[in-house]
Amino acid sequence: MAAKAMAEKQHKVRRFHFFTQKAGSRVNRSLSGDLGVLIFLLITGALMAIPMVFAIVQSLKPSDELFMFPPRLYVRNPTSQNYADLFRLMSGSWIPFSRYIFNTVMITGVGTFGHIIIASMAAYPLAKYVFPGSKAFSKMVVFSLMFNATVTTIPGYIVMATLGWIDTYWSLIVPAFGMTLGLYLMQSFMSDLHDSLFDAAKIDGAPEGVIFWRIVMPNVKSAWLTLMIFSVQSLWNVNNGMYIYSEPLKTLPYAISQIVSGGIARAGASAAASVIMMIVPIVVFIISQSNVIETMAKSGLKE
Amino acid sequence: MSTIPTSAATEAAAKRQPTAWQNIKKYVAYKWYEMKKAKTYYFFVLPYALIFITFTVVPVIISIYLSFTTFNLLQPPKFVFIENYYKLFMLDELFIVAIKNTLLLATITGPVGYLLCLMFAWFLNEMPPKFRAVLTLLFYAPALTQASTIFTFIFSGDSQGLLNSVLLRWTLIINPIQWLKNEKTVLPVVIVVIMWLSLGTSFLSFIAGLQGIDREQYEAGAIDGIKNRWQELWFITLPNMKQQLMFGAVMSITGSFGMGSVITSLVGFPSPNYAAHTIVHHLEDYGTVRFEMGYASAIATILFFIMITANKLVQSLLRRVGT
Repeated sequence: MAAKAMAEKQHKVRRFHFFTQKAGSRVNRSLSGDLGVLIFLLITGALMAIPMVFAIVQSLKPSDELFMFPPRLYVRNPTSQNYADLFRLMSGSWIPFSRYIFNTVMITGVGTFGHIIIASMAAYPLAKYVFPGSKAFSKMVVFSLMFNATVTTIPGYIVMATLGWIDTYWSLIVPAFGMTLGLYLMQSFMSDLHDSLFDAAKIDGAPEGVIFWRIVMPNVKSAWLTLMIFSVQSLWNVNNGMYIYSEPLKTLPYAISQIVSGGIARAGASAAASVIMMIVPIVVFIISQSNVIETMAKSGLKE
Repeated sequence: MSTIPTSAATEAAAKRQPTAWQNIKKYVAYKWYEMKKAKTYYFFVLPYALIFITFTVVPVIISIYLSFTTFNLLQPPKFVFIENYYKLFMLDELFIVAIKNTLLLATITGPVGYLLCLMFAWFLNEMPPKFRAVLTLLFYAPALTQASTIFTFIFSGDSQGLLNSVLLRWTLIINPIQWLKNEKTVLPVVIVVIMWLSLGTSFLSFIAGLQGIDREQYEAGAIDGIKNRWQELWFITLPNMKQQLMFGAVMSITGSFGMGSVITSLVGFPSPNYAAHTIVHHLEDYGTVRFEMGYASAIATILFFIMITANKLVQSLLRRVGT
């Protein structure tokens, strides 16, 4: 009896799972439930997307459409005028616009690269070996995930001043090297690597440095990409913080916020600016998405 | 049942047993040996450890120390014991408002955001892979770009604002509402925007956790009498992704208590009649505007302990999932 009921259930499963089939056919799903989920996701997805679509549409509107009442969610005569305006406004500024772009690209690039190298270097021994202090250090890192950088802004300033890094690129780049989330993710990912990977190299007498570069690093590519997305995401939006005063060192988000604050006359240009700021993180995420998911799968909070 | 040993026996035992001092020496020697053996590892960890200690550990310690002093960056700090804390809780009415707002924001946006992350991740997991990838990007994009400025178009106070224009056309309102300038609407608007931004790191972590679950468990569960997707969620899915649930909680809590810049970019600083004034804003006010560093450090220290306590509490709750 039981076997028959089970077989019937299996049959049902096969019949009703045309659209979850690809993800591996699953038990306990009804067609109505699946359709409900799909419709729900599409509706909420559309709601989530409205602000972004609206920003893109705004940036393509010519000025007569921009100030039309009621505002429309589509554009009749798309134009790139707003983008041209934005760049014209920018090039008219005291510091050339390219300087702001260079600053942000440089900070994001160097900060991300250094973060990946330094965090992986630290993650490898912490994940794979036990030595005096290693457990305590890992615990401190997990603990530091539980508070936000805002609580250390003031002493952070004092530390920067002591180091003499106020008003230099270092003040933005070096703290980014030490992002805790990155070390944490990298460490969890590496502790899942199998020991047999290194054993052969060790028997052959390879030094740790070689093992790290030749064996560990190539095996954690997905974790690099994950660190990359989180690092780019935070550095791309860096808005000088408290540390930068001189104009030539200021970043793109700052320059753009100056344009946006120009008010209604610059509505088009500011829409274009917010679209430009969105593009880079989104592209980076599209490139690294599947790797990010893989890394996160290996890094829960172990208790 | 204790026997009294003879004095000769105790002397012999004392000779055999190493003294406490000898034990410590041995322990230190052994640790030193272990440390020398691990020289390369220390070399690997050193750059990160230096940065971590300089920019995270030391600042926390300095902050706790400064919170007991008055300090203006020019004169050396003067020790005043708990005066700062006394002033904060007894005399500073704005701080009480800030705590209220922060707790309100955190208790709404934290749990709701967390559940939204879990719900969307769970639903997305039912979709075919290609479709799932596209939807993941769509849901994660707001947190990814932190594009909260877009909302200044939507909640714009004149009739050009998207929300006002829709409401005006449907004649639900007669005059445009000053969404970002009215103290009554400021907090709800901020909550909506934070919700929109809330599908962040925890969301990705949940998606990953769901994909890591062995499919065979669901089949075994079906044989054991699990009848629908809700039972499946509670008995199989959630217990299997406990680690991700913990991690997601840490990310959500830390984020929801640290909200500051998003609010400032929407409603400005200070917000209308301090309706959206949070602890972070209070900290900014004293730290970067008034330069009362001791006082600001006391605020930071309180925020630090609130975050840690909230995290520990929620973790002890989450340990019970599926048990």
